[in-house]
Amino acid sequence: MRGKAMSLAATDAAPKDSLFSHARHIVAENPVTGIAFGLFALFALAALIGPYVVPHDPLASNTSAALQPPSATYWFGTDQLGRDIFSRVVVASRLDMIIAVASVALVFVAGGFAGIASGYFGGWTDRIVGRVSDTIMAFPLFVLAMGIVAALGNTVTNIIIATAIINFPLYVRVARAEANIRREAGFVQAARLSGNSEMRILLGHIAPNILPIMMVQVSLTMGYAILNAAGLSFIGLGVRPPTPEWGIMVAEGASFIISGEWWIAFFPGVTLMLAVFCFNLLGDGLRDLVDPQRRT
Amino acid sequence: MLKQIVRRLGTAVPSLIGVVIVTFLLTRVLPGDTAAYFAGPAATPQAIAEIKTKLGLDQPLFVQFLAYVKDLATGNLGMSLTTGQPVFEDIRARLPASAELTLLGLILSVAVSVPLGILAAVRQGSWIDHLCRVVATAGVSLPVFFTGLLLVYVFYYKLGWAPAPMGRLDFIYSAPDTVTGFYLIDSLLAGDFELFRAAWSQIWLPAVTLAIFSLAPIARMTRASMLSVLASDFVRTARASGLKPSKVVMGYAFRNALLPVITTLGMVFSFLLGANVLVEKVFAWPGIGSYAIEALITSDYAPVQGFVLAMAILYVLLNLAIDILYGLVDPRVRIEA
Amino acid sequence: MNIHAGNMSAGVNNMQPPLLEVRDLTVEFATRRGTVQAVKQVDLTLAKGETLGIVGESGSGKSVTSYAVMRILDRAGRIAEGTISFGGVDIGAASESQVRALRGREMSMIFQNPRAALNPIRKVGKQIEDVLIEHVQAQPSDAKEKAIEVLKAVRIARPEERYHAYPFELSGGMCQRIVIALALACRPQLLIADEPTTGLDVTTQKAVMDLVVELTRERNMSTILITHDLGLASAYCDRVMVMEKGKVVETANAEAVFRAPQHAYTRKLMRATPRKGVTLRDLLPEDAAPVALTPAMPVEGAGTPLLVVENLVKEYPRQTPATGLAGAFGIKGAAADPFRAVDDISFSVAKGESLGLVGESGCGKSTTSMMLMRLLDPTSGRIVFKGEELSAIPAKRFAGSKWRSRIQLVFQDPTDSLNPRYTAARAIADPLLRLGSGLSGKALRAKVEELAGLVGLPVHLLDRFPHQLSGGQKARVGIARAIAPDPDLVILDEPTAALDVSVQAVVLNLLQDLKQRLGMSYIFVSHDLEVVRMLCDRVIVMRTGRIVEEGATEAIMAAPKAEYTRELLASIPHPPI
Repeated sequence: MRGKAMSLAATDAAPKDSLFSHARHIVAENPVTGIAFGLFALFALAALIGPYVVPHDPLASNTSAALQPPSATYWFGTDQLGRDIFSRVVVASRLDMIIAVASVALVFVAGGFAGIASGYFGGWTDRIVGRVSDTIMAFPLFVLAMGIVAALGNTVTNIIIATAIINFPLYVRVARAEANIRREAGFVQAARLSGNSEMRILLGHIAPNILPIMMVQVSLTMGYAILNAAGLSFIGLGVRPPTPEWGIMVAEGASFIISGEWWIAFFPGVTLMLAVFCFNLLGDGLRDLVDPQRRT
Repeated sequence: MLKQIVRRLGTAVPSLIGVVIVTFLLTRVLPGDTAAYFAGPAATPQAIAEIKTKLGLDQPLFVQFLAYVKDLATGNLGMSLTTGQPVFEDIRARLPASAELTLLGLILSVAVSVPLGILAAVRQGSWIDHLCRVVATAGVSLPVFFTGLLLVYVFYYKLGWAPAPMGRLDFIYSAPDTVTGFYLIDSLLAGDFELFRAAWSQIWLPAVTLAIFSLAPIARMTRASMLSVLASDFVRTARASGLKPSKVVMGYAFRNALLPVITTLGMVFSFLLGANVLVEKVFAWPGIGSYAIEALITSDYAPVQGFVLAMAILYVLLNLAIDILYGLVDPRVRIEA
Repeated sequence: MNIHAGNMSAGVNNMQPPLLEVRDLTVEFATRRGTVQAVKQVDLTLAKGETLGIVGESGSGKSVTSYAVMRILDRAGRIAEGTISFGGVDIGAASESQVRALRGREMSMIFQNPRAALNPIRKVGKQIEDVLIEHVQAQPSDAKEKAIEVLKAVRIARPEERYHAYPFELSGGMCQRIVIALALACRPQLLIADEPTTGLDVTTQKAVMDLVVELTRERNMSTILITHDLGLASAYCDRVMVMEKGKVVETANAEAVFRAPQHAYTRKLMRATPRKGVTLRDLLPEDAAPVALTPAMPVEGAGTPLLVVENLVKEYPRQTPATGLAGAFGIKGAAADPFRAVDDISFSVAKGESLGLVGESGCGKSTTSMMLMRLLDPTSGRIVFKGEELSAIPAKRFAGSKWRSRIQLVFQDPTDSLNPRYTAARAIADPLLRLGSGLSGKALRAKVEELAGLVGLPVHLLDRFPHQLSGGQKARVGIARAIAPDPDLVILDEPTAALDVSVQAVVLNLLQDLKQRLGMSYIFVSHDLEVVRMLCDRVIVMRTGRIVEEGATEAIMAAPKAEYTRELLASIPHPPI
């Protein structure tokens, strides 16, 4: 059956082209999205090759060079152990990205599927999925994440799991609402009349229409996932020193703020903020890109 | 009206049951063996087994759950190893500090973000609209602990406008007599204005930190819902009837736009209670958040569980209040119920 | 601030200056792609007591013209050129507060979709009070009393009770009365009615229009009626102004527009309007390529029953809001007596026949068609198709049944019924792929192109996505998809309700042609008896889930037996010819 459908795939070639030009159009129209894409590329690069190109060993302490303000040698200054903050910030991006990407991928699959099924089938599926996400939502999310990590054990894996769990209701809600309004939509009824099975309608007609909205959600929660993970390590959960990670680096610099050594907390904090900012802007940009209503 | 509130109280019951089940599960999947943990590192297997029996850990899960519920009902949340006090007492003593900070943060945030959102929608495309959009996007990107530290650096270290981030009151003052537990209110009730000023000088910076954090979602939602309401048919009717712009915007549009904003408050509270933990750490605020962090560091789990439970119950109650508020504004919900 | 304190004599008095005079009005909208002129050099004059109809299809600029008169254009729009003079006041040059004092007091407006036009969370009585107090027609002390008087004036029964109602508690027709009450509360001189009856049932439509006419006559008001329905405009207006693409193409007396339309567009519009005594062919423009009338294909076994429906019932439980624990788990309480959407109906459709299913909203016609389509299971009763009892196959499994390809549907909303991510070709191919045509590759494409040819869809449009097609083109895609599996029975669910009248004319003719060429049977679901008359051999009139009357279309139109059918027929606006 797939092969037959492919014969019409020739028609898909044109939209691919226009997708690219559409992307250019959007960037031209909204330069902020362009900046966000650029920033994203920078972070991705830092995560991929960061550890191989940084000027100093992120773990090497040098007490003679402790607490130095930013200079030509130490671009972002050094911390209380004399470690180079710039190198640590760059190297940390890999760990933070891994946490964000892994947790979002996890919840995208689990939450997206549960949400679509619950919105489309309704009934008991809906009730059970709804009850689970309501129960998660009954907690302040960060507090629940704290509780989960405290209970499961203080590891990076558990940070990822906890972040995925607290994002679960958001994904369910978006996917469920979108599937629900399409359940009785004309084109879904038409697909039934054309002899499509329920599973094929779900995967072939409904899911592709929901995907763009889910992608926006992914981008927005990516930022939230980074914030959440950094928050957990700020209070001492998950990542342990001396591993470089933005949240824990801010925590290490916190006690030096009141004595004026601002750079220890400032640079990782700003980087963290930029990363989240970048994902949030990307979310808005992505929405414009994949929304077929706006593509002309 | 009363009947409706009772009905809403009913809807909170399943949430509470869910919360109790989840906290119970979190208790049971503690790292390693609970009994071994209580017995200490040098314990023999026999000693561990004894403690297991004593704690009821050899019972079926369901029996353990009943025991857990019974403990909760009697306010028994275990003992804190760090303070040597019952967790329930600790949390009760520290809760007002957290509540005062969170509520003040929310009040400051609403006072700024709602007018900002309205102005941005009414003057779409103006500088205030751009400001609103910047605030909305930048605000959600700010790690709250980092904002807190920046504010401390600027207002304490550089400008000296705020005292050192060291808790609710400078050590030279003693706390006011407890009426509400909120220092700002209690000091006023006691008529001690100097004490009020001392409490205020400590609380304003952390409260502003929380406010900055929660500004974004409220401003964003106010702007978006005002925009959609202003474009709606009934606003056009109101304009076509010659009603004054102030009446159209505040009387007609705003009340309708308020509904999604009230719904957003639920999410904002969720964020705020979480952010509160981080802010308490930055400002050494003696609330339940820093209590939990201290316990986490020393692997003292009873306080952590007590904290999670307390926060969840608080949040369920706040959501209940939001529901009731929504019903007050929207007649459609009232009739349905 | 009575602007026009002059002679109040009824009728059009040429000696008086006109109440409203618009000269060279051009309205521009700033869009993402630059400035668009929505209204171009429009002139219009309205005398005191006169009723003017502005008629045009979507995008003709008819609503924008009236918004400009009230100066309630949205932010992106502005009056670029021209003058608007209302009772001597230059609306374009007046200050905002001057215009605001006029709005609601001297000129007011009613809108389509009346429920949305009212503040959903304010009591309707309070909304009327707001207007009265704003224009100093009432003090807070006597506002309630006066608001109730206003409600009485628009013939609302039990006004004291309605005063406390919220819009969501009232029917659409009742909401429109409230909107009229708001508009007329301060006894203005000009009422602009923007599609006031669109979306309302025909009988409600008539009641609302009659009320507007009665009140405005009584008060010697001037009225502008904006509508897409030339029939409605000419039935209720003194003069009719026809607009196309932002320009006025013709202004004439209502009668003259139908008797001797001057402009080609007016002629086309007039011809396309369904009315008494015309056939489907008459609806097409006179210069349309002469359609080779397909000789009716002799349908094999014509007249033998294709579909027999016996005692069909659909019940829905009346839901009571659940509380507490049961509510949390989504368990809803059910009341003792269920609601019967379709209440014991029986009828049959013969091979090659087209049957009209007529009724107002809530009469059960849509539920019936959903059951016939086998998308919904009936509570009881039988659906027998070609001797096979289809109601025995549950709706859930019907998609896999061999009968699926035999019954197809054309949807009401062509936009909603096309998957936004499928091209037109992919949409038309869908039933061919799933219903075992066995076609693939080039053969499939050839079949899709053949179908496109049948429905008059240019082949180069096949690779477009729905949002790149016009409403009429989307309707054609929907029709092509429905006929793709070569069905025996096609249900047409108000297939032209979302289309402009000229597109409707073309689509109706297309459907008629296809039926004759392919020998299908139709069930045509509609609220519009005039359209049904042209397309259907037989008609069933439904009300509250039951069949009120059934018979040959011409017979029913000529001599309706049921009181309700008579009421329906009387509600159709008839042009004055």
